[in-house]
Amino acid sequence: MTEPTLFELSSPGRRGVRFPEPDVPKSALPEGFVRKELPLPELTEVDVVRHFVHLSQKNYAVDYGIYPLGSCTMKYNPKINEDMARLPGFALAHPLQPIDTVQGSLALMYELQELLKEITGMGAVSLQPAAGAHGELTGVLIIRAYHKSRGDTKRTKILIPDSAHGTNPASSAMSGYEVVQLPSDKRGNVDLEALKAACDETVAGLMLTNPNTLGLFEENVLEVTRVVHEAGGLVYGDGANLNALLGIARPGDMGFDILHLNLHKTFSTPHGGGGPGSGPVAVIEPLAEFLPGPIVTILEEGSDEVPPLYGFKMPSRSIGRVKAFHGHFGVMVRAYTYIMMHGAEGLRKVAEHAVLNANYLLARLRHVYKVPYDRICKHEFVTEGIWDDAPEIHALDVAKRLIDYDFHPPTNYFPLIVREALMIEPTETESKQTLDKFADAMIKIAEEAHTQPELLKSAPHNTPVGRLDEVKAAKELVLCCWFPERERQPA
Amino acid sequence: MFLPHTDSERSEMLKTIGVSSIDDLFQDVPEKVRYPTLNLPPALTEMEVSAQLQQMALANETTQDLACFLGAGAYNHYIPAAVDHILRRNEFYTAYTPYQPEVSQGMLQAIFEYQSLMCALTGMEVSNASHYDGATATAEAGIMAYHTFRGKRTRFVLSPGIHPQYRQVFRTYMSGYENLEIVGDEVEDNPMNYLERLGGLVNSNTALVIVQYPDFFGQIHDFAPLAEKVHQAGGLLCVVVNPIALGLLKPPGEFGADIVVGDGQPLGIPLSFGGPYLGIFTTRKEYVRRIAGRLVGETVDTQGRRGYVLTLTAREQHIRREKATSNICTNQGLMALAATVYLALVGKEGLRQVAELCYHKAHYAAQRIAEIPGYRVLNTQPFFHEFVVQCPKPVAEINEYLLDYGILGGYDLGQDYTALTNHMLIAVTEMNSREEIETLVEYLKEFAHD
Repeated sequence: MTEPTLFELSSPGRRGVRFPEPDVPKSALPEGFVRKELPLPELTEVDVVRHFVHLSQKNYAVDYGIYPLGSCTMKYNPKINEDMARLPGFALAHPLQPIDTVQGSLALMYELQELLKEITGMGAVSLQPAAGAHGELTGVLIIRAYHKSRGDTKRTKILIPDSAHGTNPASSAMSGYEVVQLPSDKRGNVDLEALKAACDETVAGLMLTNPNTLGLFEENVLEVTRVVHEAGGLVYGDGANLNALLGIARPGDMGFDILHLNLHKTFSTPHGGGGPGSGPVAVIEPLAEFLPGPIVTILEEGSDEVPPLYGFKMPSRSIGRVKAFHGHFGVMVRAYTYIMMHGAEGLRKVAEHAVLNANYLLARLRHVYKVPYDRICKHEFVTEGIWDDAPEIHALDVAKRLIDYDFHPPTNYFPLIVREALMIEPTETESKQTLDKFADAMIKIAEEAHTQPELLKSAPHNTPVGRLDEVKAAKELVLCCWFPERERQPA
Repeated sequence: MFLPHTDSERSEMLKTIGVSSIDDLFQDVPEKVRYPTLNLPPALTEMEVSAQLQQMALANETTQDLACFLGAGAYNHYIPAAVDHILRRNEFYTAYTPYQPEVSQGMLQAIFEYQSLMCALTGMEVSNASHYDGATATAEAGIMAYHTFRGKRTRFVLSPGIHPQYRQVFRTYMSGYENLEIVGDEVEDNPMNYLERLGGLVNSNTALVIVQYPDFFGQIHDFAPLAEKVHQAGGLLCVVVNPIALGLLKPPGEFGADIVVGDGQPLGIPLSFGGPYLGIFTTRKEYVRRIAGRLVGETVDTQGRRGYVLTLTAREQHIRREKATSNICTNQGLMALAATVYLALVGKEGLRQVAELCYHKAHYAAQRIAEIPGYRVLNTQPFFHEFVVQCPKPVAEINEYLLDYGILGGYDLGQDYTALTNHMLIAVTEMNSREEIETLVEYLKEFAHD
């Protein structure tokens, strides 16, 4: 059923919350500045709560079932994380309080920086970036600042493999770099010969995702990072897929100079329907002075009886601030909680089981879905969602039919180097039973694609809405349910 | 805890894969870097981690224990109980970006409503699905303006009345573009009095002028003449707003803004030591294709039923890659939901009431403080809920003193403006009772005597 919008539900005179009358004398309102109209809805608390509960019921979520979106690491979000982030001591602290009143928050941030350094094998961390793409922008600006600091102005290019996330080239372009795309070889690795040919004194750096977006470990990673370093470039690591490497291999040991992490993927903080994320950036020690800041540091060492005094420090040649205040503190609390509950052994098990689950699904599906780069995968794998003997069917149809079987579809049409891609990342928190049900549905759909293609074409069938007209949406551009000049059609 | 497999399931799975152990799955990792020893603290149980974090949280003194007169971009407002109850719905907070609209109509409609509320509040025509925070939204306005003029206009005029951290973030974001002229906020004698000087900086090379409303000092300026000047020169005007103030004040859409940005934190989002907050970004319809980030649009399904989808995605990085309008990939979905629920609950009357409470209490506090010998309130323009107080001693000293009496004093403006050394920016919201204001006045007075 169509849920009316807040504006359609509105009824003049209704109130959801009341506030006390002023306990001070009123002052004259600023003449000429007071607005005449405030076109907000008028609702009771009951109206509002029911409306949003109705909306929530139209969402798929990790707490409902498997969410196998490749490169998104939709693992279960432990409930204790939520409670910790809402502790009044954390949730009610103002970001600009004197540091001696927020030692708890600062201690947590400091310890999180230390944990992330150890997990990644890097030398320093800034927690300021708000999301993965934000971390990338930060990382590329660090590359720029590094070369500039050496008076090296010839470097104008960033190398990016063709399998990379779209944010990589976009972040490079925002930082003023020209993007050079590198092809993948037959095994899905970076083509080493192409890399060597591209590496000269105009290369500022390489952005590399490992495991890459095919879910494959970059087998020549040590060679790749060596070649870039020899050409005087830096290697940026996109940490989107770090879940596969926890306790398995550290980016710092593989030759990465800069790395962003996605706390909302690897460290279980919820995705919130598209944010907030958190994208800390880790660098090797020699690049620490370029990090965005301020960064939490120990101002006065503690002793057995006295805890250290934590405070902020701006790195000496910082690229500057990338965000107001200190980053997404609430997300940091959740990630810290998660790491503390796992320890070294627990984190390694996370990676091992993420990889086990992906390989298990791959083994169950490779006979019915073509896997163009078929070898042991890491946390995810990519199949084609198309068959030569079922020409009408596209990856999108497979995805939509999965919804009929009560599953969230995988990522589709990415990476771009696989035709009609279905990118599947089950994560470690899914049981064998769930994986089997998912695989059974995928196999059934492959069969239906050949026997009853119309079932796929018209899917999904049991959702609040069917397939939506995206062309109309882009053409008519109704982006807002309130418009002074717009007459609304009744719902 | 969160790993489900039993030993027998594990071996069954390995058998299906065709390997004999989990180690076999990692043979592609070079041996010399494989299986590092991580020196991490031993794993804690939920009970232990909960106890440890409660201890850490208790080491903070917060706005719960202190009377808060600190604002400067993050504000202590009342959050109605229902907001967090909605945010805790698993279907919202454990969902991802609504890439599959048929199973994401809840989030999509909520964002559509958020966009609508932001348009209503700012008086603009188009809102995106949000940015990370007010500072990054301001920076994105710079990038949008740069591309609107295809890099041909290189002057960006920033008011010194914009939040200092926003201006820093703006400069970081723009540092990838060569030969830009970012002017207007240079430190000077009287940073609060800038309006005329800003107008003088606008020329035919100006891409964007950014002002804040109310500004960092709380002042409410009439920016209509400036808007006219900017438009005559062919440039764009961006206004940084406080959304609570817009419950009372004329929206920037009425005085010529081309872009409105701001931080949505005051709309039902906890202070949380600085984040996650919410970056508001609205503009005029003609610039819709230049906006960064996600947009939700209304459409119909195959049976003609109303529904919502992410639209104009061809601007975005996953399709346009290096030619995208921005690299932004996420928005602040859950925070946008918080603001939507907050505005739905307080509604038309409630938002006006909150804004007026802030206004009256701040003005009362300013009057009372102005009466104390040794202190002076600098605001001569109309102001909203923050004002600048010249103090007899360094602000840090006063704040340390106030803290002993349970008061979280104002922001030390000397950190950012040398001309305002020993000046405190005081914020007052609906959360401050008259009694708290009197206590503040009393201890400011006592401090001056000591």
